[in-house]
Amino acid sequence: MKNLKTVVLHNSEVAAGYYRMKILAPGYTSHAAPGQFVMLRIQQHNQPLLRRPFGIFRTGTMPAECNELPQREFVELIYKIVGSGTTLMSTLHSGDSVELLGPLGSGFSIVPQIENHLLVGGGIGLVPLYMLAEQLCKNGAKVRLLMGGRTRDDILCITEFERLGVETYVATDDGSLGEVGLVTSVLQRKLARFPEAAVYACGPNAMLAAVRTICHAAGAPLQVSLEALMACGVGACLGCVVPGSEHSEAKPEYLCTCSQGPVFSADDLLWPTPGGQHGE
Amino acid sequence: MHIMPALAVDLAGLHLANPVMPASGTFGYGAEFSNYLELNKLGALVTKGLSLNPKAGNPTPRIAETAAGMLNAIGLQNVGIDAFVRDKVPFLQQLSTPVIANFFGNTLEEYIQVADKLEHIDVVTAVELNISCPNVKQGGIVFGTDPAAAAQVVSEVRSCLTKPLIVKLTPNVTDITVVARAVEQAGADIICCINTLTGMSVDIRSRRLRLANGTGGLSGPAIKPVALRMVHQVVNAVSIPVIGVGGIMCAEDALEFLLLGAKAVQVGTANLVNPGSMVEIITGISEFLSQQGIVDINDWIGNLNG
Repeated sequence: MKNLKTVVLHNSEVAAGYYRMKILAPGYTSHAAPGQFVMLRIQQHNQPLLRRPFGIFRTGTMPAECNELPQREFVELIYKIVGSGTTLMSTLHSGDSVELLGPLGSGFSIVPQIENHLLVGGGIGLVPLYMLAEQLCKNGAKVRLLMGGRTRDDILCITEFERLGVETYVATDDGSLGEVGLVTSVLQRKLARFPEAAVYACGPNAMLAAVRTICHAAGAPLQVSLEALMACGVGACLGCVVPGSEHSEAKPEYLCTCSQGPVFSADDLLWPTPGGQHGE
Repeated sequence: MHIMPALAVDLAGLHLANPVMPASGTFGYGAEFSNYLELNKLGALVTKGLSLNPKAGNPTPRIAETAAGMLNAIGLQNVGIDAFVRDKVPFLQQLSTPVIANFFGNTLEEYIQVADKLEHIDVVTAVELNISCPNVKQGGIVFGTDPAAAAQVVSEVRSCLTKPLIVKLTPNVTDITVVARAVEQAGADIICCINTLTGMSVDIRSRRLRLANGTGGLSGPAIKPVALRMVHQVVNAVSIPVIGVGGIMCAEDALEFLLLGAKAVQVGTANLVNPGSMVEIITGISEFLSQQGIVDINDWIGNLNG
């Protein structure tokens, strides 16, 4: 965990509104764990003021620029343009300076005894699942990726997962790729076939809540990776908290997304009762 | 060849190796930042605000980014004084940096009880009385906006403390010098100003306020001119030392507050943007003074050209 003053190696659009950025990141191949994130500072001025949190897609090495030099370690992020910060980020080029704080947070826990693993991603929520899939495949486990999105543009990097040996299933709202409908229907079918599977999910809150309901009913262990507004990323400002399982208005209990998460066991969080609301 | 300028400052018996310390609530309990900077290089370490009992804080969303700033409504979430002693003090004991404990109460009685406990914690060198949090209904700002209430809590806390007492003031008043004079007369050793400015942010797509609490405290570079004005006013209104805080992002910002007569500075939002910023600020102050041929920072403090 440190703050690296480093440079962008590559930044380009990979689908409408989605970008992929490689950043020079010595130490990341050995230190970054599946599910961890970075806080990226893209400019030295005050607008936008805060860093942005991004899940780590993967780490790797590039060949040295000449024989005498060591290989270059990088971290790769995939991001969606959502506001002023990501818009500015999309204009960066190879060689531009950035500051990288990380790797941060607590990632996925892998239980070695479990044979079948179901990874559920919604849109950009696929990002933290890649390193998890990589690790599980390396361990010889059976990994299935269930990806959902509005249209085919929201379904990213499927072939990269397949190259790891992951079986992939796609559902889109408009049927432009894979089956028509929600990824949660796919999950229901797969859990019926593999009732002993462990489930890992990242995506919009509504998807996570539906995944949680299905897993809870099936008794399947579920870990979720959460997204939150963050200022510091290191557990100091307490701006990114989420309600814990024992939370109530009378006795509030909050967990810090950046330092206690971003990956949580679903049992540790407070979920909306189906048909009801909590918190917000 | 440049001489390294002397950076040590003395605030009413509180000796600091340099004038830079974190603003409470932006630095956790210190340990959170130990990977990113050398804590012993700081002038002091200021803890998150402590209360008698643990406090869970406000509902979410708690933060919103704004133009050159941010709003927060954390709601003074903290572990409580007993867990602080049990879980946080052992780490702080390993440091050579003086520790300043920020604290608050829901009632006058609670302020006194926490002050009494802090008096007996050896690692705590000085205390900072928070009468200025804009984000909780009880305590905090209720005391900070009324000069008589502010004086009463300062005087009660003073009577159970021998350690240096810093009082942190809110800018959310018509005339900050009235409260400043009141707490000086009630026995404050040092005044720290300013806390955050009350603000609001609106999301026009969802048609909701961005913070669950509605209002929040504005911090960051956006508030620096207001903070400078108020520090200037307070320095001229009282004779006790003043700690300047509000929007300091770099050494030049800190030097502005010091030139106005603040004896030390607190760095807040900058810690969230760059966890190593305070050490960069200390280095920058030293380099600037050296370039100016100033050998002692005390020759810079308050030395504004008329």
